[in-house]
Amino acid sequence: MANIKDIVAERFSQASVEEGEIMMFDIPSEKVHEFAQFLRDEKELAFDYLVTIVGMDWGERLGCIYYLTSTEHKTHVAFKTSVEGREHPAIPSISDLWAIAGIFEREVYDFFGIIFLNNPDMRRLFLSVDWVGYPLRKDYDMNDKANEVSIENERQTDDTYEYTMKDGKIVKTEHAVFKPEDFVVNIGPQHPATHGVLRFRTAVDGETIKKIDVYMGYIHRGVEKLCETLAYPQTLHFMDRLDYFSAHNYHHGLCLCIEKAANIEVPLRAQYIRVIMDELSRIASHCLFIGTFCMDLGATTMLFYTLRVREQILDIMEKTCGARMTFNYDCIGGVMADLDPDFVKDVKDLLATLPANIKEYNKLFTGNVITKNRMIGVGHLSRKDAISWSVTGPSGRASGWACDVRKTDPYSIYPELDFEQVVMTEGDSYARFKCRVAEIEQSAHIIEQIIDKIPEGDYCAKVPKVLKLPEGRWFQLVEGCRGVFGIYIESDGSTKPYRLKIAPPCLPLAAVVDHITEGQKIADLITIGGSLDYIVPDIDR
Amino acid sequence: MEVKDQITTKSMPYEAFKDNEYIEKLVQELRDSGTNVLVGSLDKLINWGRSNSIWPLTFATSCCGIEFVSLGAARFDMARFGWEVARASPRQADFIMVAGTIVNRMAPVLRRLYDQLAEPKYVIACGSCAISGGPFRKSYHVARGIEDIIPVDVFVPGCPPRPEAMIYGIMQLSRKMKVEKFFGGVNRQESQKEFLRQHPIDKE
Repeated sequence: MANIKDIVAERFSQASVEEGEIMMFDIPSEKVHEFAQFLRDEKELAFDYLVTIVGMDWGERLGCIYYLTSTEHKTHVAFKTSVEGREHPAIPSISDLWAIAGIFEREVYDFFGIIFLNNPDMRRLFLSVDWVGYPLRKDYDMNDKANEVSIENERQTDDTYEYTMKDGKIVKTEHAVFKPEDFVVNIGPQHPATHGVLRFRTAVDGETIKKIDVYMGYIHRGVEKLCETLAYPQTLHFMDRLDYFSAHNYHHGLCLCIEKAANIEVPLRAQYIRVIMDELSRIASHCLFIGTFCMDLGATTMLFYTLRVREQILDIMEKTCGARMTFNYDCIGGVMADLDPDFVKDVKDLLATLPANIKEYNKLFTGNVITKNRMIGVGHLSRKDAISWSVTGPSGRASGWACDVRKTDPYSIYPELDFEQVVMTEGDSYARFKCRVAEIEQSAHIIEQIIDKIPEGDYCAKVPKVLKLPEGRWFQLVEGCRGVFGIYIESDGSTKPYRLKIAPPCLPLAAVVDHITEGQKIADLITIGGSLDYIVPDIDR
Repeated sequence: MEVKDQITTKSMPYEAFKDNEYIEKLVQELRDSGTNVLVGSLDKLINWGRSNSIWPLTFATSCCGIEFVSLGAARFDMARFGWEVARASPRQADFIMVAGTIVNRMAPVLRRLYDQLAEPKYVIACGSCAISGGPFRKSYHVARGIEDIIPVDVFVPGCPPRPEAMIYGIMQLSRKMKVEKFFGGVNRQESQKEFLRQHPIDKE
């Protein structure tokens, strides 16, 4: 780590360093682009993966924190910047360095009103064009009458803006999202193939897709703002409702982050239970993926086969957690309740039936000629693009990027476990599909190793009833079912988080649709969207 | 229209349903008003048909939608009740099961979908988000219950409701359909809205 510090100090003497779990540099706002480019391009650093951009409101100053990871050196770094004034805060954009940064910056603009100079598409992301105020600012009026629910159609606009700095002044220029000659087809928000309420505005030339404008926010529920008003244990239940298939994994992530901050040691039994639950949800999630994806492609019957396994897993979870979907099982310091007496037996029954089931799926679907024709070579994503777009999880690994957090930054008991990271190189829809099927096998393999070894002991550590975190900031990554899930907590020493940022894996997955589908046929949009397997409430939060 | 004392559906015994004063009131009203024998018999026939093949619109915004998928699959199998034909177009559906949170941006879309449904149309508010905003009630971008946007016939509580609860909810809708006047009643345009205005659901 000292190495990074030296290399940076050589070039940027004005950068002050804040040591912590992740080294953080403080950069003056005008140097942001230069600094980011340096971190990315310097051979010894090679921070090529932008994990997230956290918008911040520090009272007098607004700013951003950028989290970066080097896929080559497996190192992390962060840098923050801030600007004074709340009227027209402006920071240079890095959207030309990372493809995904454009979307991340739009999110920050939407929530904090920070303008990113030279970002060619500076529209709001989740909220409507006529929304008053920036909701994540601390002085935002939650009860503003102007923002009430209306049944009048939202004003639509095809214009987007670019802000540039000219002679010390911010100049606003207007662009159109689509060209006048474009033929634009609207898909969604109520469309069975968009997996929820996502909307694509698709410019087509005949059957070929020219450009897709992904329109989000149809289920933006303001979880991050809500978390700021709740005590730490109360924030946990929102994690169930983001990506509802990764409920356990997301809970695990937030719990780890809070435990890290509060210095709470989790009993070994709880760690084992958490990992087993994580892997069970991964199997259940991938099973549902196979079902719904095949349904998108027209093979409705597959859903009934895959849901059979999913229902079996839900039964196991229901016995222990008491719910079928929103479990709220992991809590700070461990888990809410001990395992059901039948748990081990039930899981073993599941593991015994799983190989036969997977064999059946492969026989019914994977080897099918129609399936292969519809998937092989469709929606190719290269490794370089996957990193630039921050496409993680099975979709990223299908492109040859080994991005599994369980391997790269292992947490809990994962370092002791023997499992393989499924990485494929084709990068097409078929690889994404096969990657998930193979991951079911790996998850089963993980559970097999530890199901008999769950240690006796407490299932939850003793945690103070009123939990206060010390001042500071923490960042935690876990592997959700769809990719890397990040949690950022900034605490001011009280019982509530000052800022809780959720970095979901599905936002990049949805954003990359535009890039992947370019030049593909419109019928393949369904295949590509299905194979990326985004969950819309996770995109919008 | 001649109304039997006990309104049941799908060979469920009457006792299996919890007290539903709302439906009892509708029965009483039908009895009091009285109808022509011919029209009454036709009503009964049509209602029997309608209540046994209610087609939902595939409409899901979040978690509840996944339970709705489970409801359609082999284990809970809503096909045995005649509800399995989930339609992607509102023009072909009988009811919307609003499964999930409705936010500001979605509200006009939901309203439009509702307007596109063919009469007679029904709405089930499924899950606490659709009923009241649920855990997101205090948020800046959430509709606090879909009742402000569209009229609701049945509320199914839960977060998310179990598939069994959804079955129960749709059965209640089916019971309601059985005691409606069809001719001169719900077959008319805009009658549903008028009907719900006159018969508001007491939510407690």
